[in-house]
Amino acid sequence: MLSKILLLLGITLMYSTPLVFGALGGVISERSGVVNIGIEGMMTVGAFTAAAVSYFTGSPWLGLLAAGAAGGLISLLHAVASVTFKADQTISGIAINLIGPGLALFFCRLMFDDATMTLPAKTLPKLFGESGFADSPLKNLNVDVTVVLALAVSAVMWFFLYRTKWGLHVRSVGEHPAAADTLGIHVSRVRYLCVFVSGVLAGFGGASMTLAIISQFTPTAISGQGFIALAAVIFGKWTPFGAYGACLLFGFAQALTIVLGGGDFAVPSQILAMLPYILTIVVLILFVGRSVAPKADGEPYEKGVR
Amino acid sequence: MKTTVKILKKPITSTFIAILFGFLVAAVVLVFAGYNPWESFGALFRGIFAKPKYISNVIIKATPIILTGLSVAFAFKTGLFNIGAEGQYIAGTIAAVCVGVKFDFAPVIQIPLVVLSGVLAGAVFGGIIGCLKARFGIHEVITSIMLNWIGLYLSNFIVNTAVYHQPNSTSSFAVNESSFTMLLPNWKTSKAGMAALKPHQWLYEMMLKTDVNFGILVAVIMALVIWVLLYRSTKGYELRAVGFNRDAAEFAGINVGRNITQAMLIAGALAGLAGALAITGTSPHKISQMAAFENNGFNGLSVALIAGSSPVGCIFAGLLFGGLLYGGQSVQQDVGAPTEIINIMIGTIVFFVALTKIVPSLADRLEKRGAHRVK
Repeated sequence: MLSKILLLLGITLMYSTPLVFGALGGVISERSGVVNIGIEGMMTVGAFTAAAVSYFTGSPWLGLLAAGAAGGLISLLHAVASVTFKADQTISGIAINLIGPGLALFFCRLMFDDATMTLPAKTLPKLFGESGFADSPLKNLNVDVTVVLALAVSAVMWFFLYRTKWGLHVRSVGEHPAAADTLGIHVSRVRYLCVFVSGVLAGFGGASMTLAIISQFTPTAISGQGFIALAAVIFGKWTPFGAYGACLLFGFAQALTIVLGGGDFAVPSQILAMLPYILTIVVLILFVGRSVAPKADGEPYEKGVR
Repeated sequence: MKTTVKILKKPITSTFIAILFGFLVAAVVLVFAGYNPWESFGALFRGIFAKPKYISNVIIKATPIILTGLSVAFAFKTGLFNIGAEGQYIAGTIAAVCVGVKFDFAPVIQIPLVVLSGVLAGAVFGGIIGCLKARFGIHEVITSIMLNWIGLYLSNFIVNTAVYHQPNSTSSFAVNESSFTMLLPNWKTSKAGMAALKPHQWLYEMMLKTDVNFGILVAVIMALVIWVLLYRSTKGYELRAVGFNRDAAEFAGINVGRNITQAMLIAGALAGLAGALAITGTSPHKISQMAAFENNGFNGLSVALIAGSSPVGCIFAGLLFGGLLYGGQSVQQDVGAPTEIINIMIGTIVFFVALTKIVPSLADRLEKRGAHRVK
């Protein structure tokens, strides 16, 4: 029983990790007032970069860093459009979702002999690895380092947003950019940074898929995770721990489908697969309800306009 | 000067600039990857226009995304972001298959029955989103995303049920022939039909080698219907008022909640129609096990954006999109460059659609400066 619970916990953490990174990326960007629908595209770029770099260099850590850099780089497109050019942020985000996977698959075909998936890459280490804990039930809690990283990043982001001056700046820019501007906060710079960080985190999210869960990049590696992360941002009411919790719930529902799908129940696997999504809607109806975004979310800031 | 400003202010100019940039960026990426952009674009255009068959296939490819584009555009106009067109499209295909396999009436009854069942299923999917938003204030983006996945797994479930699963395959049975909406499907393969078509090489190729169907007509008609609904009816005024300023609409006595639900019902119905028409109009006339989304709904997002949410614009944006998607395959076949260049191109176009929204305001500034100089 204990081992089953630990297994459930392990899978929950495993599946929620890429989502957590993606969702935290969404939180930081939207907190500064820039809607980021492009998480999906940024995650895909990160997933490919991580797998490719890890494969060619043999270092998954380098892969992780490269994924962050790639995600950050592509997020700059979004930043330029939505901050400098005050373009429609939804449209620009959707463009990122088209460009990101396009670039990832394009380069994948170039580098891997016209295949749409990379060769298996070296993955990141796991905690409680099989060697030391072979006999203890703890081996079922065989989590990846990315799981711990994700938790750490959420904690850091919470501390940053609510306990530091810079966090206050970010939040004020997202709520009332004009007021922030009056106080001498550089609105555009804050937004640029936040969008960039959101891209880096989304890149990590993609990497934690290909460097921990599936060990190679495939066209369906990310498919939809970025959108679910986006849902988690709203679900978690634009807070780091809220988003983290939403991702956990999602990972848990997914773990449940796997553990229940073991054959003990006569429910068809496709119906079980719907569970996470139905559960999310039910939880929303019962507990969460109306969600209020940061006031200036999605609105370009024009100096001098009140 | 004045004419330049005037041209710059037209929304269509921005769109063309965006398309131009799409090609430009794609060319740069191609050069970077070591391919000749001229050859690649040549292959692309040959893949669209070289044969009547290709043109026909482009139109077939464009039909569903024109409709999902309309769905997204309509929702946009009412202030809603329908990221759920994918799920509504899938719902449409599921319902069409269920009804089309089960029943076998005469085409006059069967076709409307199958198509309407798809419309209804899409409307239900959209309606849930709208209802949850209106009643509980749940963000439409979350419910949309969740329903997309529910649709995907529901489709996989139906494919695998004993009633609909075609043995030794990964797909369902095809719908009964009475539900097909191809243009004269039986006549064109009959002796008389062949004989009549033979002298007209163009028609012959277009009709016989592709699934020419009525879908495009329906799509064009729906674009006009949506335009009339939005801009020439009281309901449309209400819907747009809610989209423009929710609080003001409420103050003016418009029932915001009901309008949100209705808007999503209609948006869902359009995407469901796209799904149903895809089933009745094109082979293989059935649904298959899916590992990932087929993007008919998500492509609608791009179509709506390129069209600037104009219903009639969706027709052209959809055709452009269908052309790029279909012709893009030739780039890989002829030049060897990865087809994904098309996705990069489409993404760039959408990106510049967002950027070129600023062109009109730039034109304004240009105009002012011009006036200043005259003084």
